[in-house]
Amino acid sequence: MTESLLSVRDLIVEFPTRRGALRVVDGVSLDIVPGEVLGVVGESGAGKSQTGAAIIGLLEPPGRIVDGTVHLEGERLDTLSGDQWRRVRGRRIGAVFQDPLTSLNPLYTVGRQLTETIRTHLDMTEKQARARALELLGEVGIPAAADRLDAWPHQFSGGMRQRVVIALALCANPRLIIADEPTTALDVSIQAQITALLKRLCREHGTAVMLITHDMGVIAETADRVAVMYAGRLVETGPVDDLVNRPRHPYTEGLMGCIPTMHARPVRLDQIEGAMPAPRAVPPGCAFHPRCPLAVERCTSERPPLVARPPLATACWVRSPDGDAA
Amino acid sequence: MATFIVRRLLQSVLVMVVVALVGFALFAYVGDPINNMVGQDTSFEDRERLREDLGLNDPAPVQFLRFVGNAVQGDFGLSYRHGRPVADLLVERAPATLELSFAAGVFALLVGVPMGIHTALWRQSWLAKAFLTISLIGISLPTFLIGILLILVFAVWLGWMPSFGRGEVVQIGWWSTGFLTASGLKAMVLPAITLGLFQMTLIMRLVRAEMLEVLRTDYIKFARARGLSARAVNFGHALKNTLVPVITITGLQLGSVIAFAIITETVFQWPGMGLLFMQAIEFVDIPVMAAYLVLVAALFVMINLVVDILYVIVDPRLRIGGGAVGGGGGR
Ligand SMILES: Nc1ncnc2c1ncn2[C@@H]1O[C@H](COP(=O)(O)OP(=O)(O)O)[C@@H](O)[C@H]1O
Ligand SMILES: [Mg+2]
Repeated sequence: MTESLLSVRDLIVEFPTRRGALRVVDGVSLDIVPGEVLGVVGESGAGKSQTGAAIIGLLEPPGRIVDGTVHLEGERLDTLSGDQWRRVRGRRIGAVFQDPLTSLNPLYTVGRQLTETIRTHLDMTEKQARARALELLGEVGIPAAADRLDAWPHQFSGGMRQRVVIALALCANPRLIIADEPTTALDVSIQAQITALLKRLCREHGTAVMLITHDMGVIAETADRVAVMYAGRLVETGPVDDLVNRPRHPYTEGLMGCIPTMHARPVRLDQIEGAMPAPRAVPPGCAFHPRCPLAVERCTSERPPLVARPPLATACWVRSPDGDAA
Repeated sequence: MATFIVRRLLQSVLVMVVVALVGFALFAYVGDPINNMVGQDTSFEDRERLREDLGLNDPAPVQFLRFVGNAVQGDFGLSYRHGRPVADLLVERAPATLELSFAAGVFALLVGVPMGIHTALWRQSWLAKAFLTISLIGISLPTFLIGILLILVFAVWLGWMPSFGRGEVVQIGWWSTGFLTASGLKAMVLPAITLGLFQMTLIMRLVRAEMLEVLRTDYIKFARARGLSARAVNFGHALKNTLVPVITITGLQLGSVIAFAIITETVFQWPGMGLLFMQAIEFVDIPVMAAYLVLVAALFVMINLVVDILYVIVDPRLRIGGGAVGGGGGR
């Protein structure tokens, strides 16, 4: 296996509250190798965004990493100070967020936001930065980029804005981009365009992507490997083909039932009784057991570890019972 | 942009017409102007002739139009008390009030904005907590009490500042300024603080609330994710967005600063329009009262207009003529 670009180990994120700490990410371990697209899927509230935010050090206070480590190219990130983060964010890890309509500052032109970001990371004059901004806008497929450079964000459509956001994330040629639901807020008709653009650019630049989404369809088309999250925990990971076609975890199986065009499976997620528990109400044992058609006694009391049985790693007592540790 | 300005101008005119009606009503229906002008021994016939000469028997709409026509030309008649044109009195007193209001506004902004930024960015610091406590006092104490307390401490006990008046002023044309002499500047300190304190706390709380709001937005989070420095994020991106609504409110407050100057001017015996108005009330000097009312309203309206136009200039989204472009659709 190639040397990891990003390596997350046993990450735990909590939000302290008056009624005790809310554990929103619970023992997640991930690896991303250079240039690959890792899809992170799970229902809304599964802790995908918080995992991404923890990796780039942008957890909203009072949220914090209480345990675990994050390494980028061997450098530990989770202990960096605010100042040290600036060498990492934007430069080595870029980010694309869900809503392109709110991701850009309405009071600055697109060009100004681009040159500002470029000059933060690269030693360039204003003129050079403008030239690079122009190049980037062209690269992300903005027509007549030279005319659009001095336009305001509100003069762009949602799809065009997300292209600008991607250009901003690519300014300094980062090694990794964390894309948190980059197409969820867009028209269905242009979601595929944006996903394809992201994938093409990252392949061209050799950038790895952590693609967060709740849409298995996007994952199936885009990702190289997939990590499935449920109630703050990782339940299954593996190469996209194996995970989509031969999932082991009953929850992944349920998720697969949600892709209409893929292999029709009898179990659909919405046919599974109940909903994902909130962080405060995660049951003991396997978090999925109250909804699981296969649950046995052990699932209600003991938390299953993520057990690697290539090609997949699965956390399930029934489907992946052997071994004691991941 | 042009249509916007025209529309706002029309609105302004409408407001002024309503205010003029009130001013006119004061004139026409509070007390009898003739009684105010002539002596006890004037005969009934003389009074009636005077009434006719002054046009007081004309139908009300005609009188109103005449009042507006005169007011537009700055003619508010003679002060009953001083026997001089009201316009002259106001022009004489205006610099004192405007300079005081300006000083109060500058004080409120220069102190209030940094305090607001500090309390938003460093919420947990003891200084932020101290600022919030002070602002609570500033908001709950009435202006006259603050003025009297300041006089007590800095004028009476410490003797650092004069307790009343404008100090020495320098005449520049018709404008008398206190900004050019040491005693004039010194005299301005306590009244300006008194008048500006309420606005300062208001601005501080406004800046704080707006900034906290802006700091939570996606584009600030994205600016951080792009690796911009804390300074660029806080003072470039966040502050600029914070100041848009702050400009509006502060601008609107300038009108009320001028109006509230009445109290401060009375406490400090500051020879401005507010003091003139207070004295006019005591003597039922209707022309002065009506003129002051119309003038303050005109100031309010004008300031609102300027602020609205500024707002449009600062915020590109409000500029008309920038439709969405580019393919790809929206959401
Ligand atoms: N600021 C916060 N305070 C407390 N809980 C939060 C906060 N932000 C998110 N959460 C909780 O963390 C959990 C995971 O959220 P998130 O990572 O956004 O889910 P996802 O991105 O998978 O939809 C959710 O249950 C959510 O309610
Ligand atoms: Mg999310």
